[in-house]
Amino acid sequence: MSSLEARDLRVGYGGPDVVAGLDLVIRPEQITAIVGANGCGKSTLLRALARLITPTGGSVLLDGQEIRTLSSKAVAKRLGLLPQSPTAPENLTVEDLVARGRYPHQGLFRQWSPTDEQAVEEALAATATTDLRARPLDELSGGQRQRAWIAMALAQQTELLLLDEPTTYLDLAHQIDVLDLLDGLVAERGRTVVMVLHDINQACRYADQLVAVRDGRVHAAGAPGEIVDDRFIGDVFGLEARVVEDPVTGTPLCLPIAQRRSTRCAS
Amino acid sequence: MLAFSVLASLAIGSKSVPFAEVIRAFTAYDGSDAHAIVRDLRVPRTEVGLLVGAALGAAGALMQGATRNALAEPGILGINAGASFAVVLAISVLNVGSTPAYTGFALAGAAIVAIAVFALGATTRKGPAGVTLALAGSVMAALLIALTSAVLVFDARTLDEFRFWIVGSIGGRDGSVALTVLPVIAAGLVIAFAAGHSLNTLALGDEVARSLGQHVGRTRAAVSLGFVLLAGGAVAAAGPVAFVGLAVPHVARILAGPDYRWIVPYSVLLGAVLLLAADVVGRVLVRPAEMGVGIVTVLVGAPFFVWLVRRPKLVAL
Repeated sequence: MSSLEARDLRVGYGGPDVVAGLDLVIRPEQITAIVGANGCGKSTLLRALARLITPTGGSVLLDGQEIRTLSSKAVAKRLGLLPQSPTAPENLTVEDLVARGRYPHQGLFRQWSPTDEQAVEEALAATATTDLRARPLDELSGGQRQRAWIAMALAQQTELLLLDEPTTYLDLAHQIDVLDLLDGLVAERGRTVVMVLHDINQACRYADQLVAVRDGRVHAAGAPGEIVDDRFIGDVFGLEARVVEDPVTGTPLCLPIAQRRSTRCAS
Repeated sequence: MLAFSVLASLAIGSKSVPFAEVIRAFTAYDGSDAHAIVRDLRVPRTEVGLLVGAALGAAGALMQGATRNALAEPGILGINAGASFAVVLAISVLNVGSTPAYTGFALAGAAIVAIAVFALGATTRKGPAGVTLALAGSVMAALLIALTSAVLVFDARTLDEFRFWIVGSIGGRDGSVALTVLPVIAAGLVIAFAAGHSLNTLALGDEVARSLGQHVGRTRAAVSLGFVLLAGGAVAAAGPVAFVGLAVPHVARILAGPDYRWIVPYSVLLGAVLLLAADVVGRVLVRPAEMGVGIVTVLVGAPFFVWLVRRPKLVAL
């Protein structure tokens, strides 16, 4: 079982640190959702966890080992990352895209094998994209395309799956579709999912562990039901809101109080 | 198609040789004028054409893949400008006077400029990524073109020699030219064929490539090295030939799809075919004189490329 944690992590791009001394332990076989206001450092945190950027201080530990000392392919066999809006060349079919997820398992002298074939089939099946396999990616709907990308990350066969806002640009039905898919991967296949989410209500619904980032540090972390309340929303998003119980799931539901509308309604 | 272009290149010219006679020049050489033309002039010319065309096609495919820029072509890293400047210096300062002799100088010039561009591009914080390299190449090219012009303005004799080289031609090359550039281009082709797998991953963007365990910087460096060998070898043998390196990978992409393991070999074949065909056309067009292949590729290629980009669906990278 792969474990991932950050210790006193600091990341900067030359200016002040965007991630400023952050500690975080990712719980295996659970969904961790990272939330926070724009520019709070949550995407930077995800990139540092995936070894895409080098920290200016502190460390990221993958299975207890400093991630910087591991080889790129060794990391890529344990941890996959899907960036926010990945781009693919035109006319690339779903199957070809998913096959490219096998890269870390191949080498100059170790080419395509039955194991690769099987991993691709499983990834297609898990994301319900088997029927779309021969279709070019640019002909698919946004939701189908996102499922194909997740299939590519699944073909990589990593226990840890990191996603940067996987629901961006999707309509509501496709957002739920993608989140349900990720939920199933954790529940049925024992994967560990870490994702940055914009929507606090979706994060509350799907996350086992919610991590709120503010000013490059973890402001609060824990089960959504334990940490999300009116004050939490104010602290993290700088927004006045009421938090009620979600009538569908029982998780916290955030109702923002817009200044003008609420005054008018109240008067 | 390739076999046909080779045959045409051997047969057609200011003196036409029937196809049957071409074959007899190899099977039963009798020392006649026709046989001598085929064996001594057209064969080396065709060899150079094949090498240069293949190299330009592969070079374009590599650079378009590494930079994910549809406009990347052999001119961009300043390779052509470096080779040109070296040839001008060779004529002007060292009084070198034959086309085959320029090959070594052009190769050296291309190599020196490539190293300089890499050094320039590599000093930036993020390492030699596509954009930094292309910028460094453009700056270097502008500088060298200015220097080249400066020499030519003051030296009419050099200009006279140089203008035949600068248009790009594979005529008047003896067997030594092909032999000089063969190892360089062959090494470049080996890198090009080996790079297909990595270019496929790189096509998904730097972040995905990196999270799939690819050393993006190392891949770009290796691909750029292959590019320099190919583009440098090509310009050394034939002078700057525009357009082939830019257009061929696009056609290859239409025919072969988005997989670089196919785009590279298609580009190699198409590049060789296009260059030989253009050379044959150049021999016929202004008979009995000849038009340099570099001019023909642009004359024939430009309208074709306009058609290509106006197609309802141009394949994006």
